[in-house]
Amino acid sequence: MEEKTPVVEMRSIRKEFLDVVANKDIDFKLYPGEVCALLGENGAGKTTLMNILFGYYANDGGEIFIRGEKVELSSPKDAILKGIGMIHQHFTLVPSQTVLENIIIGAESEKGFFLDLNRARERVLELEDRFGLKVDPDAKVWTLSVGEQQRVEILKALYREVDILIMDEPTAVLAPKEVEDLFSTLKSLVASGKSIVFISHKLHEVIEISDRIVVLRNGEVVAERKTKDTNTKELANLMVGREVLERLKKKKAKVGEPVLRVEGLTVLNDKGLEAVKGISLTVHEREVVGIAGVSGNGQTELVEAIFGIRDYVSGTISVRERSLKMGKPAERVEVGIGRIPEDRIETGLLMDLTIKENLILENHTSPEFSRNGLLNHARINDFSDRLIREFSIKASGRETITKSLSGGNLQKVILARELSGKPGVIIASQPTRGLDVGAMEYIHNKILEEKDRGAAVLLISEDLDEIFDLSDRIIVMYEGRLMGEASAESASREKIGLWMSGVAK
Amino acid sequence: MIRQIFEISFITGLLGATMRMATPIIFATLGEIITERAGVLNLGIEGTMLMGAMTGFLVTMSTGSLWFGVLMAAVVGMLLALLMAFLAVYLGLSQHVSGLGITLFGTGLAMFIYRLHFGSPTVPPTVQPFKEVAIPLLSKIPILGEGIFVQYSLTYISWIMIPVVAILLYKTHIGLKIRVVGENPFAADTVGVNVNLTRTLSLVAGGAFMGVGGAFLTLAHQNMFLIDVVGGRGWVSIAMVIFGNWDPLKGALGALLFGFLDGFQLRLQALGFHIPFHLFLMIPYLLTIIALISVSRRAVIPAGLLKPYRREEKGG
Ligand SMILES: Nc1ncnc2c1ncn2[C@@H]1O[C@H](COP(=O)(O)OP(=O)(O)OP(=O)(O)O)[C@@H](O)[C@H]1O
Ligand SMILES: [Mg+2]
Repeated sequence: MEEKTPVVEMRSIRKEFLDVVANKDIDFKLYPGEVCALLGENGAGKTTLMNILFGYYANDGGEIFIRGEKVELSSPKDAILKGIGMIHQHFTLVPSQTVLENIIIGAESEKGFFLDLNRARERVLELEDRFGLKVDPDAKVWTLSVGEQQRVEILKALYREVDILIMDEPTAVLAPKEVEDLFSTLKSLVASGKSIVFISHKLHEVIEISDRIVVLRNGEVVAERKTKDTNTKELANLMVGREVLERLKKKKAKVGEPVLRVEGLTVLNDKGLEAVKGISLTVHEREVVGIAGVSGNGQTELVEAIFGIRDYVSGTISVRERSLKMGKPAERVEVGIGRIPEDRIETGLLMDLTIKENLILENHTSPEFSRNGLLNHARINDFSDRLIREFSIKASGRETITKSLSGGNLQKVILARELSGKPGVIIASQPTRGLDVGAMEYIHNKILEEKDRGAAVLLISEDLDEIFDLSDRIIVMYEGRLMGEASAESASREKIGLWMSGVAK
Repeated sequence: MIRQIFEISFITGLLGATMRMATPIIFATLGEIITERAGVLNLGIEGTMLMGAMTGFLVTMSTGSLWFGVLMAAVVGMLLALLMAFLAVYLGLSQHVSGLGITLFGTGLAMFIYRLHFGSPTVPPTVQPFKEVAIPLLSKIPILGEGIFVQYSLTYISWIMIPVVAILLYKTHIGLKIRVVGENPFAADTVGVNVNLTRTLSLVAGGAFMGVGGAFLTLAHQNMFLIDVVGGRGWVSIAMVIFGNWDPLKGALGALLFGFLDGFQLRLQALGFHIPFHLFLMIPYLLTIIALISVSRRAVIPAGLLKPYRREEKGG
């Protein structure tokens, strides 16, 4: 494959932000008809490099060649015209508009003054058929599942007839079945001659789908491997620069008193339908209860109800016999619930504030940090520096504006804040989504540490490995109900998998 | 007195007044809808309308051409919108501050230019205003015809503009771009839509509507320029945008409702109730607030409204 001329060649690409060098003279090639995986720790510079190729970021140094020809990409429009499409880490769709509208907006093929929806629909359906991307073109985007939304993103790129497709962590939010579907789409794309850059932190996926793997660390290329010549263990080491344990040692502990109790909880979703249907569950001291299930089966609503940010129709939630009121998130802080929300950007962090401010968000009024209504900055600074160190948050300092952090580091800020108060209950929703193996290992260890300290942990995850690694008890949620429950020792992946797809046994 | 309300002449008169009073609000509301759909709140609307009113009046006064006056009012509206675009789109300043600044600037400038030309006359100068035009046949419909279909040309144009703006927004490529830029500028950028250009063009188109809305006040509704001739109609239009849920048709209905209330209170005053007339003046505004409370809770604001857009900031 190496003999062919690359479709994309990036030469000594450099990108500096205010205080970090995100790309240090990176060389990167993409060959026609291949899937090249880009691996690297959180903040290694993967997204930045691809944003440069997509014309979204301007590079500070280096050159880009597309099919051998030197190009200046000063906007995504230029990149699209050169046949480059990108699916971003966070979706770029307009929820209130239809699939079709989202797809055709701004496309070069759309001539004339008036929208020609019928012609566009035909073309979209044709693409859907060809690449196995099923989604209703006339549905409003907000009614779609995450997997469907991603298909819209892919269709959006294909509609522009790109032949280079960049996918930034496309599987981070997908359920296992959806990942399978995506992979078969990717295979048919490659078969039709397209080249794909695939970014993921899930090593087995990378092994499964890619032909070649490029590893970045701290803004530099540290290794390149043919996929068939490597394995997950080597990749993990290359990424992090040290040994990574593939399996955790979970200590068996005697479970203590019941702490978090949910009884007969029924919650509506945004569309007004019952998303959680009379669920009851209990989490004890020194216990991790894992809720497995494909997302969209009521997990989000359950978590939001427990967090106090979504009202419920009936049922009770209590922590150590104290029942919690609806719509009172402050009460959750008071009784010591550490909350790690699924959506970091929407509910976890204030993106325009500094890291330091985000770290003291929940306890800035405590006597430790304020006196007579004035913030004690010396204390706060010490506290922030300590957490940034302890949780190895990669940032130039406590005063960094949060939105400049990479995805994984955003999650670490939340964890640092939530765990710093030594909460009695921890509710972690998809805590390692989008994290690199090193960070994941770190967070898993943290969660187990918290459990050993005595915390009651409710873990919601789509990642079965994570569920099995951490949980003492596993519960499966399907269509708003509990499909089944098993202790970690007695549960088999097959049984859990069946429950997740709604088959009771 | 009460009986008079049910007389035919009263109803005809009220219908006519409704249409007249609604016209400037329809123009301004449509203009603001285009602008806000692209993600920019233009609080310069009140000042822009006043500049439109002044420009229309002055140009007509010196050239004798009403239509040329209207045209120049539109041009001045566009220029002020360009200023707004420079501040709020290209420099990324707060839309609130920029808009209010433009209203203050427009108000001061209108006053200044007027004084420069006319000094402080005891009797304000007047122009020969637009005449009402009866639409053949339609204006002969009993009761309704005379009220609705004998109007100024500008009023008819405002009606035509309602579907025109709706079609523009919902059925054309430009409209789709405007809406996406207003909802998710990052998404628009990643598909190659020029966010700032789209916002600027929307502002400029909206500014033209606001200018014409202002000109209607000095060239048709009245025949002179007074400093309070706009009298908060710009702000009312902002409210109508919310009332109409950013939809041209519903926004225009809101404008008609306001026109009706405004016309109604004028008529009531004319009937000679012995209540301070300020109370009547309050009615349309008060009812607008009440309507807003009930409607705006369900409103879906364009998600990108008020947010300046710059690259190199993480999207999402
Ligand atoms: N717009 C920006 N402004 C300032 N700094 C930025 C910006 N975008 C990225 N950075 C910084 O550049 C570095 C590389 O970030 P990048 O998003 O490319 O990482 P990544 O490899 O994609 O990580 P992840 O796996 O967490 O998504 C990080 O230190 C990040 O904080
Ligand atoms: Mg990234």
